[in-house]
Amino acid sequence: MKIHEYQGKELFRKYGVPTPNGLPCFTADEALEAARKLGGQVWVVKAQIHAGGRGRGGGVKVAKSLDEVRDKAKQMLGMQLVTHQTGAGGQKVRRLLVEEGADIAKELYIGMLVDRVTQRVALMASSEGGMDIEQVAARTPQKIHKIFIDPQAGLSQAEAQGVARKIGIPEASAKQAGDLLKALYRCFWETDASLAEINPLILTRGGRVVALDSKLNFDDNALFRHPEIVAMRDLDEEDPLEIEASKHDLNYISLDGAIGCMVNGAGLAMATMDTIKLFGGSPANFLDVGGGATAEKVAAAFKIMLSNRKVKAILVNIFGGIMKCDTIAAGVVAAARKVKLSVPLVVRMKGTNEDLGKKILKDSGLRIISAGSLGDAAKKAVATLRKKPKPKPGPKPRKKPAKKAVKKKLLNNKARAKKVVRRKKE
Amino acid sequence: MSILINRNTRVVTQGITGKTGMFHTQTSRAYANGRNCYVAGVNPNKAGENFEGIPIFGTVKEAREKAGVNTSVIYVPPRFAAEAIWEAVQAELELVICITEGIPVRDMVVLRDRMRKEKRRTLLVGPNCPGVITPDEIKIGIMPGHIHCKGRVGVVSRSGTLTYEAVGQLTELGIGQSTAVGIGGDPVNGLKHIDLMKLFNDDPDTDAVVMIGEIGGSDEEAAARWVKANMKKPVVGFIAGVTAPPGKRMGHAGAIISGGKGTAQEKLAVMAACGIKVTKNPSEMGRLLKSALR
Repeated sequence: MKIHEYQGKELFRKYGVPTPNGLPCFTADEALEAARKLGGQVWVVKAQIHAGGRGRGGGVKVAKSLDEVRDKAKQMLGMQLVTHQTGAGGQKVRRLLVEEGADIAKELYIGMLVDRVTQRVALMASSEGGMDIEQVAARTPQKIHKIFIDPQAGLSQAEAQGVARKIGIPEASAKQAGDLLKALYRCFWETDASLAEINPLILTRGGRVVALDSKLNFDDNALFRHPEIVAMRDLDEEDPLEIEASKHDLNYISLDGAIGCMVNGAGLAMATMDTIKLFGGSPANFLDVGGGATAEKVAAAFKIMLSNRKVKAILVNIFGGIMKCDTIAAGVVAAARKVKLSVPLVVRMKGTNEDLGKKILKDSGLRIISAGSLGDAAKKAVATLRKKPKPKPGPKPRKKPAKKAVKKKLLNNKARAKKVVRRKKE
Repeated sequence: MSILINRNTRVVTQGITGKTGMFHTQTSRAYANGRNCYVAGVNPNKAGENFEGIPIFGTVKEAREKAGVNTSVIYVPPRFAAEAIWEAVQAELELVICITEGIPVRDMVVLRDRMRKEKRRTLLVGPNCPGVITPDEIKIGIMPGHIHCKGRVGVVSRSGTLTYEAVGQLTELGIGQSTAVGIGGDPVNGLKHIDLMKLFNDDPDTDAVVMIGEIGGSDEEAAARWVKANMKKPVVGFIAGVTAPPGKRMGHAGAIISGGKGTAQEKLAVMAACGIKVTKNPSEMGRLLKSALR
């Protein structure tokens, strides 16, 4: 789970990680009021969205008067902020953080995450703050310092100060920086964070070390122990389809392609997406139905996939283990009827009661294209997109095709499906 | 022979009285020598009772002393699972297979640290894995037994159904398996690809290995480098997630490309450079292995 910068800073302050003073705002008037409360002559207005790279996208602005604070806030609220992490559509700005201006002498970088190799929390630090840390890591790896923290002992003052010195924090500020790092580690550990980043961490001209930014992600598996963090969830920042899917215990992620896929198991789901790509198509989503794919669950999955307008065909790939193929087949048939499926459906089933499942699909009277292997399924799904008769020239909105056309299409597809079956028999 | 488990393995099921534990104990017991292998269950509140004739003990230690178990399989709910693993480790079992999905990463960090500091010798498979099977001898976990057949090819994978896919292809081609191991998709786990490679390399009854990986981390690369330096048997491989976008978690807690690291392309390149035959087509895993056997 992700939270906003201002929420992260609230947590930071709770744990003793110093941050500039600031207030979250939802309207331009609130922003003005916040600036007044904060006092001073310079403020920073920061768009709050769950994506990095906000500065370059115009989501961070300095204001030198109260009027300017209000103007910048007005411009920012409601805008679609595009960064390298949001995709081309950008993310709508609904919240702002108004902060007192900072007096920056040096920009540094701090990150924490669980390292898979050492199975410990890794603390990463660099003197190259304020930049894309991935680029720093690629170009000048020697400028990134890493230590792995003993989970029993925690981060010691000596270790923390050692890191501080390595990234160029002067001796006079080293102790305070050490305290900050220890507080950050405690915050990371106690909240079950999966990622903590401060970019930039700044050294002020007065020699103070302050977190100018905050990024915190949390381990979804541990949220049950942190109701206070769950309360920070902002559904506006999440894909509505992904939210809907999670209600049905489905694991769904939207992608850009035209073939919707429904698979059991995350690894097989990825492999299915890869195979679609291999045969020249592109997947519209990742969707893992998990272990117990009931008819209700399959119906929900179909609905979610189809609410993505880009979907022009659906590929179902199930390896029936504990879950029997006939159960899945019945679920698929029921779901296809329920949602009045209007795009080609390719089904590949393997495993327990495979033949029984195939029979159910065949006897359903639905235009379901059956496939033998994963490769075969992907090939057939991609082919349904290509075989379509070319639309006549001229603009033709295809949102709501006439009933007749749909029926005709249905018949065509049915004939095609039969042909496939026949060919197989031969 | 085989690796990790065989017909003489004696298993205690932790979480035997839960719905999942009951169901999979039933199906596992019905597989091959299962009737002789599944000899104990654990539930502190139901000690003295039994599940379909399998005695239930209060602790794993007691199960070891009284029923002679050397291996545990865990189905307890995620929030108690790390503690359950630790109990089995303290009881000095040889092997713990944790099926449970959704264990907090911090719990696993603490557990693995304890295991290392106390130099515990218990091997851990999982968590969040389908388990381990030695065909025609014993099945410990949730995989469908009937798709397997006995033979001389080892299979190791992070993903459940993708393991079944590989096994299914092998069986269809008439190629049996020595042991198939699902190591699980969590970022902090027990045995990794490299550990399984070592075991398969030392197993006289394994002739070749199918290694299946996925995006995230660098375990496959580490295993590939080890294979290049040490492995005496052919290895074929596939990595799932060529189409996965960076920063998005693909189901498994560990399946995420972050900081430009852990991409499928990178892993495939390293594996190929280390002499592992790789394919980008998961439908071809079985045939690729067959070609490597010659």
